Amino acid sequence: MNIHIQGGRVVDPAQQMDQVADVFITDGKIAAIGKAPDGFKADRTLDARGCVVCPGLVDLSARLREPGNEYRANLESEMAAAVAGGVTSLACPPDTEPVLDEPGLVEMLVHRARTLNLARVYPHGALTVKLEGKAVTEMGELAEAGCVAFSQANQPVRDTLVLFRTLQYAATFGHVVWLQPTDSFLSQKGVAHDGEVASRLGLAGIPVLAETVAIATVVQLMRESGARVHLARISSAAGLALVQQARTEGLPISCDVNVHHLHLSDMDIGFFNPHCRMNPPLRSQADRDALRRGLANGQIDAVCSDHTPVDDDAKQLPFAEAEPGATGLELLLPLTLKWGQEMKLSLPQTLARITCDAARVLGIDAGHLRVGAEADVCIFEADTMQRVTRDSLRSHGKNSPFLGYEVPGRVRTTLVSGQVVFQQA
Amino acid sequence: MAYNPQLNRNGELQHLLTIEGLPRAVLTRILDTAAPFTEVAEREVKKLPLLRGKSVFNLFFENSTRTRTTFEIAAKRLSADVFNLNISTSSTSKGETLLDTVDNLCAMQADMFVVRHASSGAPYLIAQHLAATGRDHIHVVNAGDGRHAHPTQGLLDMYTIRHYKGDFTKLTVAIVGDVLHSRVARSQIHALHTLGVPEVRVIAPKTLLPVEVSKMGVHVFHDMREGLRGVDVIMMLRLQNERMSGALLPSSQEYFKYFGLTQEKLALAKPDAIVMHPGPMNRGVEIDSAVADGGQAVILPQVTFGIAVRMAVMSLLTGQSA
Amino acid sequence: MATTHPTEQLPDVEKLVAELVAQMRPQVTPQSCFIGIHTGGVWLAERLHAELGIEASLGTIDVSFYRDDFGSRGLHKDLHRSNLPFEVEGRNIVVVDDVLYTGRTIRAALNELFDYGRPARVDLAVLVDRGGRELPITANFVATKLSLAPAQNLQLERADDGKLSLRLAEAK
Repeated sequence: MNIHIQGGRVVDPAQQMDQVADVFITDGKIAAIGKAPDGFKADRTLDARGCVVCPGLVDLSARLREPGNEYRANLESEMAAAVAGGVTSLACPPDTEPVLDEPGLVEMLVHRARTLNLARVYPHGALTVKLEGKAVTEMGELAEAGCVAFSQANQPVRDTLVLFRTLQYAATFGHVVWLQPTDSFLSQKGVAHDGEVASRLGLAGIPVLAETVAIATVVQLMRESGARVHLARISSAAGLALVQQARTEGLPISCDVNVHHLHLSDMDIGFFNPHCRMNPPLRSQADRDALRRGLANGQIDAVCSDHTPVDDDAKQLPFAEAEPGATGLELLLPLTLKWGQEMKLSLPQTLARITCDAARVLGIDAGHLRVGAEADVCIFEADTMQRVTRDSLRSHGKNSPFLGYEVPGRVRTTLVSGQVVFQQA
Repeated sequence: MAYNPQLNRNGELQHLLTIEGLPRAVLTRILDTAAPFTEVAEREVKKLPLLRGKSVFNLFFENSTRTRTTFEIAAKRLSADVFNLNISTSSTSKGETLLDTVDNLCAMQADMFVVRHASSGAPYLIAQHLAATGRDHIHVVNAGDGRHAHPTQGLLDMYTIRHYKGDFTKLTVAIVGDVLHSRVARSQIHALHTLGVPEVRVIAPKTLLPVEVSKMGVHVFHDMREGLRGVDVIMMLRLQNERMSGALLPSSQEYFKYFGLTQEKLALAKPDAIVMHPGPMNRGVEIDSAVADGGQAVILPQVTFGIAVRMAVMSLLTGQSA
Repeated sequence: MATTHPTEQLPDVEKLVAELVAQMRPQVTPQSCFIGIHTGGVWLAERLHAELGIEASLGTIDVSFYRDDFGSRGLHKDLHRSNLPFEVEGRNIVVVDDVLYTGRTIRAALNELFDYGRPARVDLAVLVDRGGRELPITANFVATKLSLAPAQNLQLERADDGKLSLRLAEAK
């Protein structure tokens, strides 16, 4: 099967490519960009004139709600949402029910995802059994079953000794550990950034201190254990500064940010909008601005959607009782484009953070259009504005603080291994 | 914030959710309206027909016999039919959501919800739900939500201050105690600012103050004696039992020593200073009995005024110009 | 919005008060209790109360809380405290208002009055009866009758020097 993507603006940050060119796909792989390979005869031609052709997006965190929470969302709905958002590779955190702490569960998830033949799923194994922060999991077996990293999702390991041991154990085998830095004592019962807004609204606060203390601890443990750590969802300027310090020191540390945190601050909570309940919380405008700059200058490696579908019954509640999180797979591209435009970045600079940079963090061969690579491609209209509505979202999660907003970028076609898995009607 | 979900298109009160953001004219109107209601209590028949045929639902997701009773008396003096629902124990434990409950009561022709909830913002959720489902004729009164607001308490406190002090614009007011967990303090601070009080002080240990509290326009004191010097009004806050010992405070005895109001500390305020407390009081913890029962305390008048203020709020919400 | 007619075209209030006093004197004893309805009724009642030598202090009523148009018009901005400085139970009461029109204000005043107790007898004294009754209510003492269109609004006014006059306004 030969596919010819015609006349698009090909943007591949991995190759610093930004030019109008044709893309040729043979047997699911990139065969050539620019000139057709000898004897290439297209079975299907996709007209990409006026569109951007880029690598399929890589999302570092998307909750698919399987297994365990199929009433909220399931693999079919969320994988459809992924490809509708141009996402062709995604990592899913282990906070499913049951938790991804057994190889069998991971194999089943990987198998189910593969059968659907949509986006590629890279599960994270649980760092501790049941995410309870007490006993280390069988990392070796889990890795063989398909786990690309180990994580606690957003549940902190309270016991510092356990954290140290798990880092040591992971380092033994060279596994990367993903941690969302939150001190569970400083953050307990908190529901919003501990600042002016929370004080005024009477919401229990999560101080920036909860993040900085946790990062400081992790960095010390990294030095002693030699573990490679990825810090997921940095939320504050002070936290980012600590990561940067550790990086300068040469520690194998990386970090990402939730795309919502690039645009929103605690002010957006307004009159208790439960859609702005996030984990970590939306912080001050100064923090938001630091994250925006940090992502632009590379202090933050990548941006993710932290896709968290939540049903209305769990979201339409008083702020503190509403479940945190926002649906995001279909907003990753638009909100990243919006950030890039506002920061006056080039398209390759913008897209790098959701393609090749994200793939590097995840340690997978994806997010680029080099000849011979799997033909995971996203074709989108960069300048089309779209209104986010409950109906426009394919995800079962309709929980977005951007409902009713106009955002840039409209995905037209998504290919995975050279197969069209999404086509805009 | 220009948009205010509490006001209707004519700028009249649609719901009473918080004092924050309400124009001074609205607050003054409530206080002015409350004045003639105080007289009703002295009559043979303590009833006015203003809310005849209206159904007021007291939705108490958190127990508070005292507050519920004052709202109940206010509604009954206005001839409303009052229904008390203590929901903390009933439907939510059966899996019914807050909004399910509201929908059910709407189907029973409710005209007003008086809502007490442990979560900040719960009354907003109800108000937004009513607006989204086209039930603009139903009004919501916040009877205390989490740490956020207790607007009728704030208003009755303002009524009390006005009754004893007249002009707000020359006063120094001190709020003493657990500001961090207090919805009453937040409502008082907003009300005092809106009514033009030039100096509002808060007096508390650092563990009982919200972060960036000074951005709410108050002067912070950790030394009670210093903070009380020359004030006209002292508003004491209640210290919840569960906070008297632990990481926030070592003991109620030590709290009383440094932050309890005694005759000796009261003497630092102006000689005609009044002492207020939202009740119920912890004698010997935040306030000494000699002060609570003394000549400067206006704690019982607060309760009486509270009924008139709640009658005023309910009447203003119900009677709107078409 | 409204046009005011020159006061010359309206009857002189002083003459009307004299007329009312003359009507009432034979019927009313100093032991009666007088109640004025806010705002015009109170001014008139003050005059009658003085000229007839009533012993009990003057009572006042603000019928805002008893109005039947509360649901559609809300509360008045300018509320007064009702004040009845005497026992209502078993007394002869004279309710005083400036203008009698639909009768609804009197209905509200009677309802309020009865929440204080059960009077032996209630009479009604008004300066002007302008017709247009919507309820079976009539005044025992009327200084004069005027015929006015529904759009016209007749009110008693009091100048800074205490002089009373009638004012006619026309709603457009």
